Amino acid sequence: MAEVSYPDDLLYHPEHDWARIDPVDTDVATLGITWFAQDALGEVVFFEPPAPGTLVTKDEPYAEVESVKAVSDVVAPLSGEIVEVNEALADSPDSINDDPYGEGWLVRVRLSDPSERDALLDADAYSATLGC
Amino acid sequence: MRRTPLYDNHVTAGAKLVEFAGWEMPVEYPAGVRAEHMAVRERCGIFDVSHMGEIEVSGGTAADPALRAVCPSGQACQLLQRLLSNDVSEIPVGGAQYSVLCNEQGGVLDDLFTYQVEPDRYLTVTNASNHESDLAWFRSHAGGFDVELNDRVGDYAMLAVQGPLAREIVQAISDAPLPARMTAASRRLAGAQVLVCGTGYTGEDGVELLADPAHAPALWDELVHRGAVPCGLAARDTLRLEACFHLYGNDLSLDRNPIEAGLGWCCREDTDFIGAGPIRSARTTGPPEKLVAFKLDGPGIARQGNPIVGGGVVTSGTLSPCLNAGIGMAYVPAERAGVGTVLEIDVRGKIRSATVMRKPLYRKDG
Repeated sequence: MAEVSYPDDLLYHPEHDWARIDPVDTDVATLGITWFAQDALGEVVFFEPPAPGTLVTKDEPYAEVESVKAVSDVVAPLSGEIVEVNEALADSPDSINDDPYGEGWLVRVRLSDPSERDALLDADAYSATLGC
Repeated sequence: MRRTPLYDNHVTAGAKLVEFAGWEMPVEYPAGVRAEHMAVRERCGIFDVSHMGEIEVSGGTAADPALRAVCPSGQACQLLQRLLSNDVSEIPVGGAQYSVLCNEQGGVLDDLFTYQVEPDRYLTVTNASNHESDLAWFRSHAGGFDVELNDRVGDYAMLAVQGPLAREIVQAISDAPLPARMTAASRRLAGAQVLVCGTGYTGEDGVELLADPAHAPALWDELVHRGAVPCGLAARDTLRLEACFHLYGNDLSLDRNPIEAGLGWCCREDTDFIGAGPIRSARTTGPPEKLVAFKLDGPGIARQGNPIVGGGVVTSGTLSPCLNAGIGMAYVPAERAGVGTVLEIDVRGKIRSATVMRKPLYRKDG
């Protein structure tokens, strides 16, 4: 399992999700779950992504990740349309544990309201919500 | 929350601790549930199951000739014969037996292992969540019997050592050969007296150890040092579900009788235990629903409470590390309980197809 980290280049949602704004096309973001979320869940054994084209809404669940023990909703940190999903997770869902900010990304979304990002937390503010 | 005598061992090992039936228990260790599961299937795992309760019933010579007819040995046997569904008189000294405890309607109060540890002295192991109510039930029915009935939950730590290497690892610290499957015997393990039982809840060979709480931490460390891998409740659940062992609260409840749960084999209505009448009727007429084991045909994991299209409900569900598929048990209408029947399970709004499988889902040596 990965070491605890909350990279500075990400935006965070208090429900333990992250968003990485594409540096080239800033209307697109990659989404995933944080180290804290994957640690609380335990070893992820199943992730079924929503279909490309699905609309997601900030603060609403858009997918589920499952460990042996539990199912957990994944909440969208930003609104938009899913343009790409991480197909590799079908065979190796444990990438979400091993590399939650890299190989373990979940979906890419074309943002419908890029200003929503202003409501998200930076790494320090998110870490503070975890009490660390 | 109560802590077992092994609490410090778990903290030192970096276990993730959760509340379970009023106890603070390890759910998994840093290696993770999948590694723990495979350790038990391929080598040896060790579980702290000290949260399970023990009720001791002892008492010799029986007076009542009517009771002697159903249980010739003694008063303790006769009380247990009245309470437990199986034929308690068949447990030899040093023997073990599985049974269910039922109410008058045949609903299941608990499922239990009972050992006759010495002549006329029986130890019954309860589920943590039912221990207090079981004890009250035992006491409320003990009136007509000349027995001594004691709560022993605080007197034992319980360790389950399970897997193909389990016996070898425990044997190496034992003063005498270990008891065979379904038998129990007192042995000196690493210098302390332990009741060794040839039972388990994983589908593998192995033993369960009832030890003095003061001695348990050193015993645990010794067995871990010799190669037993610490395993938490999460792996205990995936292992038992692959082996199709019932979990009380999931697959067994007051609303289900043992016949529909597939436990008719441990019910001996001729012994006239409490609940025997309704259970005899259920056996004769055949239950409307039956507990089946299933495997999902595609991806996904069905969970407890997921409904089955056309009737029925999932009572246990997880991902099987050995089959690498979603597995579980469900009550389904009897006409759809046959092996090979395809079920449609509503998994949080998504219909997933599953097939009824033979029990157990995992069998040692293929």
